[in-house]
Amino acid sequence: MDVIAGVLEGNGLVFAFLVVGVLILVSNYFSRKLTRGRLQGSAIAITVGLVLAYFGGLHTGGERGLADIAIFAGLGLMGGSMLRDFAIVSTAYGVDLAVIKKAGVTGVLAVLLGVFVSAIVGAAIAAAFGYTDPVSMATIGGGAATYIVGPVTGTALGASSEVIALSVAAGLVKSVVVMVGTPFIAPLIRLDNYKSAMAYGGLMGTTSGVAGGLAATDKRLVPYGAMTATFFTGMGVLLVPSVFYFALVFLTGG
Amino acid sequence: MIITGVAVLAGCFLTGMLIGEFLGLLMGVDANVGGVGFAMVLLVLVTHRMRRAGMLPSATEHGVFFWSAMYIPIVVAMAATQNVVSAVTGGPMALLVGLAAIVAGAALVPVLARIGGQAEPLPPLEQDKTMAEVS
Repeated sequence: MDVIAGVLEGNGLVFAFLVVGVLILVSNYFSRKLTRGRLQGSAIAITVGLVLAYFGGLHTGGERGLADIAIFAGLGLMGGSMLRDFAIVSTAYGVDLAVIKKAGVTGVLAVLLGVFVSAIVGAAIAAAFGYTDPVSMATIGGGAATYIVGPVTGTALGASSEVIALSVAAGLVKSVVVMVGTPFIAPLIRLDNYKSAMAYGGLMGTTSGVAGGLAATDKRLVPYGAMTATFFTGMGVLLVPSVFYFALVFLTGG
Repeated sequence: MIITGVAVLAGCFLTGMLIGEFLGLLMGVDANVGGVGFAMVLLVLVTHRMRRAGMLPSATEHGVFFWSAMYIPIVVAMAATQNVVSAVTGGPMALLVGLAAIVAGAALVPVLARIGGQAEPLPPLEQDKTMAEVS
């Protein structure tokens, strides 16, 4: 046993390729047999991945899902931001820049609206739950943007660690639900063309959520959604602790 | 050569990341602002130039295609390493905030997509082709 575990741990990335390959094969099989291809294999694989991450997290008490189990540590490298972003960039190959230029206004508006709408919604719900000071409202509003904007805002404004943890949890909920739910809401919001994909990426903003959600919906939409989503967190980190916070201070008369 | 394609991709990726990092510094925020987006635009521009100059034989292209085909497997690995426990145990408020942000954002997609005219839906996917590509 120790010998096997040793080989798998020592060759973590290669083992991750095997694990993911098997997972996708099985998911494609179920996609064909159980859903007759209606639910894409990639959507099933992503969902199974999240479920595995849940049990991995329960088992180890860590924050990196399955990757906290020593033999699956290679998944952390394979699914980490370096290779993920590298692969996202590669999907842009063959994209027509004229198309993106034509949808540029949509993209820019989507990012700005996305940041403010999420922050407003998050802050309003925070207030409804009794967090009525501008610092907590801005932090939880930041969490509604992404799980990075929340803690950055909270740290900058000096929010309590409880509120920061809540903002991270809210951002994670958003990211996970976008990953799993995008194929289901896609028909409702006409997410079937490059322009709506750019709007979607900018409005949702969570890069991991959008990357997973669009992969599960239609891989051809990925470059367009990813392109706008990648500006979101930067904008959120810029706007939420400043403009949005000051607006809250003004509104609450503090 | 395949490595040429991978190297071009890597060069565009790193340049884009640097631009994103500098933009963050310029704006005074501790975040990479659009690095991936800039890298994508660079990749499109650079490969377009290379193709016109006849410097993009199909072996070189395959260096890029490989990573593009690895995209979904990488995303599956990413899903398996998310902090799902924190998302699930975050309590009712975290759940509500996350969901409400999605609903509000999704509701605006059709509105924003209408700016400058509705775009044509993509042609339907050939299921078998995607399967082959993914598996």
